[in-house]
Amino acid sequence: MSRMLSIAVASIALSSAAHAQGDCAAGKTLTDGKFTVATGNPAYYPWVLDDAPEKGEGFEAAVAFAVAEEMGFDASDVVWVRSSFDEAIQPGAKSFDVNIQQYSITPERDQVVDFSAPYYTAPMAVLVGANATGTEATLEALKGLQWGAVGSTTAVPKLAGVIQPDSDPLLYGDNADVNAAIIANQIDAALFDLPTALYLSAVVVEGSKVIGQFPADPDDNPDQFGMLLEEGNPLKTCIDAALASLSESGKLAAIEAKWLQDTTGVPLIR
Amino acid sequence: MPGPSTAGMTRRERYEAQQKRRSALIAATSTVTVVAALYFLVPLAPGWAKVQQSFFNGEVLIKTFPKLLDAFRINVMIFAWSAPAIAVLGLLIALARDAKSPALFPLRIFGAAFTDVFRGVPVILTVYLIGFGIPGLGLPRPWNSPYIWGSLALILTYSAYVAEIFRSGIDSVHHSQRAAALSLGLSERQVMRDVVLPQAIRNVVPSQMNMLIALQKDVSLLSFIGPVEIFRQAGVFKSLLANFTPYVGAAIIFLVVTIPATRYADHLMARQMRERR
Repeated sequence: MSRMLSIAVASIALSSAAHAQGDCAAGKTLTDGKFTVATGNPAYYPWVLDDAPEKGEGFEAAVAFAVAEEMGFDASDVVWVRSSFDEAIQPGAKSFDVNIQQYSITPERDQVVDFSAPYYTAPMAVLVGANATGTEATLEALKGLQWGAVGSTTAVPKLAGVIQPDSDPLLYGDNADVNAAIIANQIDAALFDLPTALYLSAVVVEGSKVIGQFPADPDDNPDQFGMLLEEGNPLKTCIDAALASLSESGKLAAIEAKWLQDTTGVPLIR
Repeated sequence: MPGPSTAGMTRRERYEAQQKRRSALIAATSTVTVVAALYFLVPLAPGWAKVQQSFFNGEVLIKTFPKLLDAFRINVMIFAWSAPAIAVLGLLIALARDAKSPALFPLRIFGAAFTDVFRGVPVILTVYLIGFGIPGLGLPRPWNSPYIWGSLALILTYSAYVAEIFRSGIDSVHHSQRAAALSLGLSERQVMRDVVLPQAIRNVVPSQMNMLIALQKDVSLLSFIGPVEIFRQAGVFKSLLANFTPYVGAAIIFLVVTIPATRYADHLMARQMRERR
């Protein structure tokens, strides 16, 4: 229903005159005066709530509207379309100005498409098994847990340096083995980046919960999410400028706090 | 060059001593040549500087070696409790396969099935299946520890091999000995315990030494299910420092243990050969 509504809104908006907008994006969008944003089909919590990006609820939906506003588009000028994840990272012409669905910026992808500056740096988060969901999000409480991690990741030095658990952590070869150890109750908790942790707790590890997140730390060599654009799209400079000014003004951090800490119930670890 | 020691030697003895010196000289020259060639030629390879930097980095070795040694204690610990269990279980399985009484036929089948299954499945699969599978049934801590179930996986796999070696040892004791002991009035049990097994076990000690050496290395497979033993610790250092030297460090620690053990096994084997002749 909301989808039909948005299409209706979009078509009405199309017929009206182009709204005032910043100089930067003028003439660079797919449809003049409109900002076409693609997201996943379906789009997932907590990135987009209820699969309804046009409501602007959920982290990525909110970021898209904020960027649009920063570039001078009205909320009604933002047109949402859908694309599959893989189809968007193929080379070629695109049906969107930007695509926002947790694209990690990688050098390989960057060769065939363009990425905006990162709008999100995935922080480390704590996933606990069913027996430890009552643990508080404090360093003190985390020390007492039996920890596990993937041996080849930066989670290991993070554990040793920041959490300093009372008992030696168990280390594994990959995420699947860590999950198996949580399910077998051999470990209480493990460190993942927040998006992975949210996915694991929702889909893979039954009864588990993400109880806290650390502030994003560039030393963790984290995943960074960028908006995806067609290779060579001139709009990239406008998007980057908008993101820079959003992060400077603290708006981006506020959006992140609202949708990825408050909404998901994953507080910052003290 | 007749020295004082050659005095009183026969011509033949002098000739043999000369031949011996000559072959020692040739062996030394050829060894020195090969080592020198390796030492001077390998560094000429275009990638040597990079290889040296990432595999033979003295600084990294010094920095990581104490921690590796520390982690090796876990290997020794797992080895120490697994080896006796393997010896006992292996012997029991061998005896089960050797049971003669018709009533014990199920035992023979069990023994055969056990060795077939655990010799046939790669160790790492057994470690995974038992190490994650059984604790997954919902055992409480500490009974779901990967140390316990990982060790059990090693024990099961290795006792299958060890049982076969014991069985070959039992078979190596000639049938006439059993017959003779039985005719003296010993029971089947006594024959096995007092006549066959003492010889059988002695015969297979060198082969079992080789199993011990193999076990010592395979303990590292437990790293896949959590314990941070030397191989995992080296892997962590590798990721942290982007350098493979910690693996070389781990290899050195393994060699320090396994080379003497291998030499000892060779020595036992040679002694046995001499005794049999």
